[in-house]
Amino acid sequence: MSTPVQAPRQAPEQASEQASARVSSGLLDPRLLLASLPLAVRKLDPRVMWRNPVMFIVEIGAVWATFLAVREHTVFGIAIAVWLWLTVVFANLAEAVAEGRGKAQADTLRRAKKDTTARRLVNGGEEEVPAADLRQGDVVVVEAGQIIPGDGDVVEGIASVDESAITGESAPVIRESGGDRSAVTGGTKVLSDRIVVKITQKPGESFVDKMIALVEGASRQKTPNEIALNILLAALTIIFMIATVTMQPFAVWGRLSNPGVPDTAALDGNGVTGLVMVSLLVCLIPTTIGALLSAIGIAGMDRLVQRNVLAMSGRAVEAAGDVNTLLLDKTGTITLGNRQASEFTPVGGVSPQELADAAQLSSLADETPEGRSIVVYAKQAYGLRERHPGELAHAEWIPFAAQTRMSGVDVDGRSLRKGAASAVADWIRAGGGIVSPELGDVVDGVSAAGGTPLVVGEITDGGARVLGVIHLKDVVKSGMRERFDHMRAMGIKTIMVTGDNPLTAKAIAEEAGVDDFLAEAKPEDKLAFIKAEQDGGCLVAMTGDGTNDAPALAQADVGVAMNTGTSAAKEAGNMVDLDSDPTKLIEIVEIGKQLLITRGALTTFSIANDIAKYFAIIPALFVGLYPGLDALNIMRLDSPQSAILSAVIFNALIIIALIPLALRGVRYRPSSASRLLSRNLAVYGLGGVLAPFVGIKIIDLLIQFVPGIAS
Amino acid sequence: MGSTTAGVVFIVSLLVALALVHVPLGDHMYRVLNSTKHNKVERGIYRAIGVDPDSEQKWSTYAKSVLAFSLISFLLLYGLQRLQDKLLLNLGLDPVPDHVAWNTAASFVANTNWQAYSGENTMGHLVQMGGLAVQNFVSAAVGIAVAIAFVRGFVRKRTQELGNFWVDLTRATFKILLPIAAVGAIVLMAGGVVQNFADPQAVTTVTGGSQTVTGGPVASQEAIKLLGTNGGGFYNANSAHPFENATGWTNWIEIFLILVIASSLPRTFGRMVGQKKQGYAIVAVMGVLALLSITATTAAQVAHHGTVAEAVGASMEGVEQRFGVENSAMFASATTLTSTGAVNSFHDSYTSLGGAVLMLNMMVGEVAPGGVGSGLYGMLILAVITVFVAGLMVGRTPEYLGKKIGAREIKFASMYFLVTPALVLIGTATAMAFEGPREGMNNPGAHGFSEVLYAFTSASNNNGSAFAGLTVNTWFYDIALGLCMLLGRFLPIILALGLAGSLARQTPVPVSAGTLPTHRPQFVGMVAGVTLILVALTFFPALALGPLAEGIH
Repeated sequence: MSTPVQAPRQAPEQASEQASARVSSGLLDPRLLLASLPLAVRKLDPRVMWRNPVMFIVEIGAVWATFLAVREHTVFGIAIAVWLWLTVVFANLAEAVAEGRGKAQADTLRRAKKDTTARRLVNGGEEEVPAADLRQGDVVVVEAGQIIPGDGDVVEGIASVDESAITGESAPVIRESGGDRSAVTGGTKVLSDRIVVKITQKPGESFVDKMIALVEGASRQKTPNEIALNILLAALTIIFMIATVTMQPFAVWGRLSNPGVPDTAALDGNGVTGLVMVSLLVCLIPTTIGALLSAIGIAGMDRLVQRNVLAMSGRAVEAAGDVNTLLLDKTGTITLGNRQASEFTPVGGVSPQELADAAQLSSLADETPEGRSIVVYAKQAYGLRERHPGELAHAEWIPFAAQTRMSGVDVDGRSLRKGAASAVADWIRAGGGIVSPELGDVVDGVSAAGGTPLVVGEITDGGARVLGVIHLKDVVKSGMRERFDHMRAMGIKTIMVTGDNPLTAKAIAEEAGVDDFLAEAKPEDKLAFIKAEQDGGCLVAMTGDGTNDAPALAQADVGVAMNTGTSAAKEAGNMVDLDSDPTKLIEIVEIGKQLLITRGALTTFSIANDIAKYFAIIPALFVGLYPGLDALNIMRLDSPQSAILSAVIFNALIIIALIPLALRGVRYRPSSASRLLSRNLAVYGLGGVLAPFVGIKIIDLLIQFVPGIAS
Repeated sequence: MGSTTAGVVFIVSLLVALALVHVPLGDHMYRVLNSTKHNKVERGIYRAIGVDPDSEQKWSTYAKSVLAFSLISFLLLYGLQRLQDKLLLNLGLDPVPDHVAWNTAASFVANTNWQAYSGENTMGHLVQMGGLAVQNFVSAAVGIAVAIAFVRGFVRKRTQELGNFWVDLTRATFKILLPIAAVGAIVLMAGGVVQNFADPQAVTTVTGGSQTVTGGPVASQEAIKLLGTNGGGFYNANSAHPFENATGWTNWIEIFLILVIASSLPRTFGRMVGQKKQGYAIVAVMGVLALLSITATTAAQVAHHGTVAEAVGASMEGVEQRFGVENSAMFASATTLTSTGAVNSFHDSYTSLGGAVLMLNMMVGEVAPGGVGSGLYGMLILAVITVFVAGLMVGRTPEYLGKKIGAREIKFASMYFLVTPALVLIGTATAMAFEGPREGMNNPGAHGFSEVLYAFTSASNNNGSAFAGLTVNTWFYDIALGLCMLLGRFLPIILALGLAGSLARQTPVPVSAGTLPTHRPQFVGMVAGVTLILVALTFFPALALGPLAEGIH
C-alpha cells in the first residue's frame, strides 16, 4: 500500500463543491445546444433512431403527420407536423449535447496520442520501432524528454514523469521500478532520468484508447438498470398504443349513434383524424424520459470523468450506487499519511517546558514527517522558536538507525535521544539511569489510545534520566466523521482496513467514526472479507493500488484503482482514479446514486405528465359528440385545435427544459431512502402532475391568436 | 335506523369481522400450506395421481402443472355439458350448445364464472355439482397455489424450486376451501337458502302468472361460489334470487365469504416472508383501494340525479328491494373488487358513474383484495412495479423484500400488467368494429358501449359479473369472451410464476438505511397511487366514451 504521490487535484470551481460534498456538474452552455444541432439532425436517420424505440415511434408519427399535413394543407396540420419533428430533434439534441461534452475531452486526449517511436530492447541491442508495433512483453527504454510509447511497468530505474496529458495535473510524478508506483501510461512524458519499461498493453488497447472510447460514448453499452427501465418504457408505450388505437372503433360508434354531429378537425365520420391520433399517442407515450434516458447515462459517466475518474463500464457506475459496504484503507484515506505529535507527557518531575525543549532539539535534524511534526507541535503548544541545525555548530546529529531504533543529538556534553520505548529505556539503563514504572504506564496509555509512543531520554554528566513521552497520533482527516455519518444515513457500511494491531485500529476506527475495521489485514484477508460480504448479498467497493490488491480489486463490485498504482491493479479494477485520491470513492457512490435517481425522477415526471395531457386532449376530441365532457376541460382551453396543439408543444418543450437537469443530475443529498423518496415524489411526482396543467394553459393562451388555430 | 346509518353499520361490521379473522385465518393458511407433513387422505391422493409430495418443481414445471390440470378440467367440463342428455341427474335438459359449453368450461376453469346461460334452465344437477361446483373449488385452489408459489419466490434464495403444485392444490382445496365452505353452507341454509334435490315446481306468482321454480343444492354451491370468488350462480338472477340470498343477513354473510380469504392471504404472505408488517402494508393498500371504491360507488348511487332517483332519495333501478341501495352497492363493490362476479343487483342499471367505478374496480386488476390467490399475486406485482420506479428515485437498483428488480423481473412484471388491458381494449374494439357483435347491444350510444366494455373487462379480469343489457349468448361473444377469460387467467399465472422463478434464484440483499422501506404508509400510498394512475391512464379514453360520456352533464 502506498500513499499518493501528489495532492488530489482540485480545480477552483470544484473545490467548493467538494467541500459541500454535493454532486453536480457544470451548467449547460446555450452555445453548446446550437453547436450540437447539426448532429441532432443527423441522428434523425431511422437506422440510428430505432435504437430508441419510444422516439422512433415519434419519428414515424412525425412522418405520417407530415404526409397528412401536406395533403390537408391546414395551419393546424402543419403546426402539429412541425412540432412532432421538433420533439424528435429535441430528443436527439439532448443526446448530442451530452456526447459533445465528451468529444471535447476526447480531442484533448487524441492530441496526447501522437505517433511516437519506441526504443525496443532486443537481445541486449536496441532498435527503433513505431509505437503501434509494440506487443505485450516488449521492453523499451525511455529517457528524459521522450514520450513513453505504451502502457507498462517500470522494470528498471526511476524517473519523474509528466502525466498532465491524462490527468490534467501539471506537477510531475515519480515512477520507479518495483513497488506500487511502477505503472506508466503511454503518451506521458519522461522529464528526468532514464527508465526501462515492460509493455503490458495489447496494440490499440492502451489506456488512452480506452479513455477516448469512453468519453466519446462510443463503447457505451446500456447498463442493467437502463435496460430494465427501457423494458418498462416499452411496456408503457405498448399500453398507450393499444389505448389510442382501440379508441378508434369506440369513436366511430359514438359518431354512428349520434348522427348529425358536425365534423371537426379532431373527429369526422371516419373517427378520430390521423393527425389527432398521432398527437395523442405521442403525448401519452413516455417521450420525456425516452428522450433524455441516454443523455442521463452519458452525462453520468461524464460527471465521473470531470472528477478525473474513469469508469471502464457504466455497469460499475450503477453498482457504485448500490454499494452496501465500503472498504477504505486507513492510511491516506481516513488518516493523513503520517503520524503527528499531539501530546508531550513528562515523567519523573520533569517540567513540560523542559521536555518540549528536549523533544524539539532531538528532532531538529529529523526530516521524517513525524520528526517535523514534533518541531511544529513544540512551537504551537509551547511557543518554542524553531531552531535550525546550523545554529548549533558543534552539535553532532545522530540519525535514526534500524539497529538502535533511536535518533537524537549530542551537544554541549548532553546527549538527547528519542525513539521506541524499549530502545530508549535500554539506553538510559546502560547510562546508569533508572527507568521508573511510571514510564511504562504512560507508554501503555498512549498505545491503548491508538497512538505511537516515542520516549525522550537524556544523559548528562549528572546522570541518565527519562524526560517523557511524545504521543504520535494518526491524524484523522478533517470532515471524515461527517462523511461516514452521511454514508450511514445512506445505508452504507464503512470498513477501515489497516495493518495496525487491533487495539490501535479500534481507537482510530472510533475516532474516525467508521462502522467496523479489519486490523492486521493482509491482502488475502481483504479478498476473504469481500467474498464473505458478497455471499451475504452485499455489494462491495474498495480502492487499491498495489499488485497484491489486484485480486481484491477484481473481486469487489466497484474496484477503484489509483492511477499511481501498478498496471495489475489498474487492470483488475473497474475504475481508475487519475488523481489517486482514495476518498473519491465516496463521491463515486454519490454519482452512481444520482444517476439512478435522475432516471427514476424523470420517469415519474414523464408518466405524471400524462394526466394533464388527457385532460387537454380527450375533451377536445369528443366534446362535439358528448357535450357533457366539456366538464373535463378543466384548463378551459380555447378550442379543440389549440388544446391538442398546446399539449404537443408542451410535450416537445419539456424535453428542452429538462436537458440541463438530465446533464446535471437531480440534486442529491445523502439521506435515508424514505426521506429521499418523499422529496423526489413531491418534486417530480406532484410537480409532474401539476406542471403540464400550467404549461399547457400558458401555451394555449399564446397560440389561440394564431389564425387557423383559434376557435 | 335510517338507510344511510344502516349502510354504515353494515360496512363497518363487515370490516370488523374481516379484521377479526385476518390473523387466525392467515396463520391457518400459513401453517397448512407450508407444512412438511401429509395426512392419510392426502397421501392417498398423491399416490392416485402419481406424485411424490416431497419433490419440488421449477417455475416452468409448476406452470406446466397448472396448465395441464386446467386443461383436463376444461375437457371434463366441456364433455359433461355436451353429453348432459346421456348422463344422470340431467333434469331432462338437452346437451349444452357447443359455443356455450366452450364459454362455460373456459369460464369455470378460469375462476371467472361468467355465465352466458341461464343456470337453472340449462344445466342439470350433475353438471352443476360434478362439474361446476368441483371447478368452484379447484379453480380457486389453483389461485391460492399460484399465490403461495409466487410468495416463495421472495422467501427462497439461490434455488430454482417453487414448491409442488399438486401438494399446494390439494391442501388449498381440502384444508382451506372445503372446511370454510361447509360451515358457510350450513349458515346460509339456516338463513333460508335452499338445499335439496326437489323436482322443479310450478307456482302461481303474485300477478297470477305461472312460473317453474327449480330447487337444488343451492346453499353448498352458494358458499363456495362466494368463498372461492367464483360467482357463478345456481340461478340466473344470481345472488339477487331469494333462494340464493334469502335475507339481509345472508347478504352480509355472502359478502363476508367473498372477502375473507383474499383479505387474509396478505397475513399468510407476511408470515412467509418473516415480516408481518409487510403483510399489513399489502392489506392496507387493498383496504385503501376498497374504501375508495365503496365510497365512490355508494356516493354515485345515493346522489344520483333524475326525477325518480331524487324522489326516492337514491337510484333504486335494478336494486333488489330486500337489500336496498347501500347494501347492494357494497355487494357490487365486493364482487368487482374480488374476482367473484356474483351480483345481487343489476350493474347495468347503476348510475353511469357508479357503473364506471365497478368497471374501474375490475380494471385495476381485482387486487383489493382481489380473487382468491390472484388478488395477492396481482397486488404484489403492482408493488414490484411501484418499487421499480420508487427504488430508482432513492438511488439504488430497486429491490423488494431483498430481491432485486432487474431487467428480467421487470419484463415479467410489465408483461403481466400488459395482458389484461390489452385483452379488454382489443376485445372491446373488435366487438365495436363489427356489425354483428354490435347488434348484441340493447342500448344505443355510450351506454351500449359501456355494456360491451363491461363484458370484456369482466371476462379478461376473470370477474364474471355482467352488466346485462348485452346479448352475450351468441357465437361471437361466447368465443371471444371465452378466449379473454382463458388468456386473462393463465397468461398472468405463467408470468407471475416466471417472475417468482427469477426472484427465487437471487441472494437477498440485506436491509439498510438505503433500502426503500416497503411497510410504511408512504409506500402504501404510493402503490395505491401508481395503481390508480396507471389504470386510469390506460382506460381513460374508453371510460370517457362510455360511462363518463353518459354520466357527466
